[in-house]
Amino acid sequence: MTDYTPANVGTVTRYVVVESYTVTPADVAIRAYEVAKGVMIKENCFGLVVMGKEEEVNRVIAEVRKMDPAHIFVKDRGFPPGDARRCRATLGGARPGFHGIEFEMTILPYISHAIEELEHRDASTVPAPQSQLTSPRLDIYRLKKMIDAQEP
Amino acid sequence: MAKIFIYPATSLILSDMVTRFGHTPLGSAIAIRERVQTAGLESIPLQITPEEPKKGLRWAAVEVPSGVRGRMSLYGPMIEMCDAAIIINNADLAFGCMGCARTNELLKFLIRQKDMPKLELEYPKNEEEGTQFVAALKRFLSDLGGKS
Repeated sequence: MTDYTPANVGTVTRYVVVESYTVTPADVAIRAYEVAKGVMIKENCFGLVVMGKEEEVNRVIAEVRKMDPAHIFVKDRGFPPGDARRCRATLGGARPGFHGIEFEMTILPYISHAIEELEHRDASTVPAPQSQLTSPRLDIYRLKKMIDAQEP
Repeated sequence: MAKIFIYPATSLILSDMVTRFGHTPLGSAIAIRERVQTAGLESIPLQITPEEPKKGLRWAAVEVPSGVRGRMSLYGPMIEMCDAAIIINNADLAFGCMGCARTNELLKFLIRQKDMPKLELEYPKNEEEGTQFVAALKRFLSDLGGKS
């Protein structure tokens, strides 16, 4: 085993995911570069990776969020941008965490719609979501009927 | 500003919602960042060293596989530190190997055992469920003292 000397100590890295029909990742990247002031910005297919001191990163993110608040989403990332241990440029194939983002991007339009709707509607008037546990389970007689319907 | 543990710990939606409504999300990235930015012995790709399964003994017994204990050394401290938790139950993206599956079960168990505010949800499948999902998160996070 060799000694490990970390790079970029004291920085934070965040993903900015753009799921908008009016703003593209390129538009967001240009706006982020305009206000960057030393923050590292990397554009990718779904948005940006922003790395720097926490206050600076928060400032850049707050600025780019203004472009389309309901359609720009942010999450933390452990590794800095382009890190050889995670970057697909060195590993090949999709980055492991991309599949999670890819799955959630199919749900983001519902979330964006809800954020926009709740701007002019009181959240307390919206009914609570129905839990899967309280939803009706498969009836035993229906199950028996399905088993009997199987071809021998 | 409360510290909210999110499950799935890599969830973009939960991480964003918690930040948007004025709190701090605790997820995998925070624990990984801590390891990636700490000097020590090189152990690629996640800087998980043989020390981690030993630390995991605090949350899982010695006969539990080291993969679960190693993962618990990431999540265990955050569960102890958090003020509240949000769980999404039907999370396909939390699918993984047996180590991930057992860690996920243990995580949910530890969250449910801890005396703190918790919210359990399902991923929405349409716009109406999406509104209910975000409204439930907003109510929960506002009650904890976040932005409304």
